[in-house]
Amino acid sequence: MSTSAIETHTLSKNYDGRDVIRDVSFSIRSGEIFGIIGPSGSGKSTLLRLLDLIEQPTGGRLTIFGTDALVPDAKFPLRRRMALLSQKPVIFSRSVSDNIALGMEYRRKTKPEISKAVTETLDAVGLAGYGKRSARTLSGGEGQRMALARAVVTEPEILFLDEPTTNLDPVSAERIEEIIIRLNREKGITVVICTHDMIQGQRLAHRIGVIMDGALPQVGTTKEIFHQPTTTNIARFVGVKNMYAGVITENHDGEAIIDVAGKPIAAVTPFLPRTKVTILFRAEDVTLHLEQSVKTSARNVFRGIIKKMVPSGPFVDVIVDCGIDITALVTIQSSEDLGLTRGMKCWVSFKATAVHVLEEQ
Amino acid sequence: MVNEIIDGFIQAIQLIVSLNPEVVGITILTLIVSLTSTFLSALISIPAGAYIYCHDFFGKRLVINIIQTLYALPTVLAGLLLFLLLSHQGPLGFLDFLFTPQGMILAQMILVTPLILGLTITALSGIDKDMRHSILSLGATKFQAVVTLIQEARFAILAAVILGFGRAISEVGAAMIIGGNIRAFPGDFLSGTRVLTTAISLETSQGDFSLAIALGLILLGVAVIVNVGLNMIQSGSLWKNSWNS
Repeated sequence: MSTSAIETHTLSKNYDGRDVIRDVSFSIRSGEIFGIIGPSGSGKSTLLRLLDLIEQPTGGRLTIFGTDALVPDAKFPLRRRMALLSQKPVIFSRSVSDNIALGMEYRRKTKPEISKAVTETLDAVGLAGYGKRSARTLSGGEGQRMALARAVVTEPEILFLDEPTTNLDPVSAERIEEIIIRLNREKGITVVICTHDMIQGQRLAHRIGVIMDGALPQVGTTKEIFHQPTTTNIARFVGVKNMYAGVITENHDGEAIIDVAGKPIAAVTPFLPRTKVTILFRAEDVTLHLEQSVKTSARNVFRGIIKKMVPSGPFVDVIVDCGIDITALVTIQSSEDLGLTRGMKCWVSFKATAVHVLEEQ
Repeated sequence: MVNEIIDGFIQAIQLIVSLNPEVVGITILTLIVSLTSTFLSALISIPAGAYIYCHDFFGKRLVINIIQTLYALPTVLAGLLLFLLLSHQGPLGFLDFLFTPQGMILAQMILVTPLILGLTITALSGIDKDMRHSILSLGATKFQAVVTLIQEARFAILAAVILGFGRAISEVGAAMIIGGNIRAFPGDFLSGTRVLTTAISLETSQGDFSLAIALGLILLGVAVIVNVGLNMIQSGSLWKNSWNS
């Protein structure tokens, strides 16, 4: 796990004077699943194409398997050790088997070798028996599984996935995810997956890099990215609902009190008094209760009135006006049990350790 | 006039049924010249089109514009220029191609090559960018990538070839100037340069309208048969990839 498969140093790409990728430096460890999350148009696909050596960066360094990948002669052999699955399945006008065989044909494998590998791979992606069909007749999910089979049949050491499940129904998406996890666990393939779906990133990736506007401002474990984002933009993108500007009023050995619109909020931070900060905490870290007497170790307890309830899947975002609007995530079940409605008085609480503090730039 | 058209039909059927040796000879020569010129043009144009498509060079846009302009090259102008080149004093006089089927093939190639070349470039340009990236990512060499791209654009490229054949078999200006509409010796259809279009032109000028119409109908018939054949190829069976069949 320790050696790096890919290392970039101030990697940049510029199209017609526009910086699409700017000074991206990070490394991907051998054998890990690395997620790249970011909004649409942030440069995810371009970054993958740079890493897969399909496009030439305009600046910076790129090392793959310890080799300088930007030396012209190094590219082709390195490219043959990697594979890329694009967001929209690319389908060649030929049979499913011939589609999957393409990469092996390029590598001049013998027909029996190809035939064996294609059959095995078809089976692995759940398309056994589809080999002779024209690839054009496949559904979206089948097409993407075929494209995945075509990418992995050449046994790449690094697999790049560009939003592989974005256009798929949930069942197909789940199958693709299962296959990806299996490839990573059983064959040790390093996987780099781009997604704008943070939950997918969280579910699959060991580590995540956040890409915003062509730059990579944060790389870390999913917990770090989701709970300790380093900028407010990242926080907003990873779904942090509670974000406020404030000033530190006191700090005793890291246990600080921050004034947010007149409310004292306890947090753990090294910043000194009078520092202007932004504090943030996730809605799922906020507990909602109807009486103050509920025993809680949380140091931040506020009284308020329910202002709005926004359903989201099996949960409800309950926005409570406590002078500042605080959002708490409650399951639909407990929302019904508590009989929550708009205008109801309630209490919210959250721990000082759940509050992440950013110095205002 | 209507009578002549009807007579033409009747005569066409008679000529075909009786396998009139001269008409058969003219038809065979027409097919040989047009198919050869189209085939040789395709042989040059498809790789050349792929080369132009794949390489970025100074003036590429201009080259493509010139190629596309040549789609409309007047056949008589092509014939005239080639005539000057092939004449005994001309730079290509040593070939001795003037008034020969070879010369006519060359003339038709000049007319057909820009068409197939330009439309091949257009066909390749129509391929999705994701597909080009996929081909590279799958580990293709440059050559393998081009072959796959041509295979993917095969329908559009074959359509270009069909169009090219249409231009070759139907043109009269260059065939007349370069070939000279020379009647073949009986039994040796390669000894002459009379093809269906030049024969129609001659019969019309001689006032034998029904024979001209009969030859015109044969020309149309030949074009239909060749196009149906090429369309059958286009619709699939002959292009299927090999290894799992």
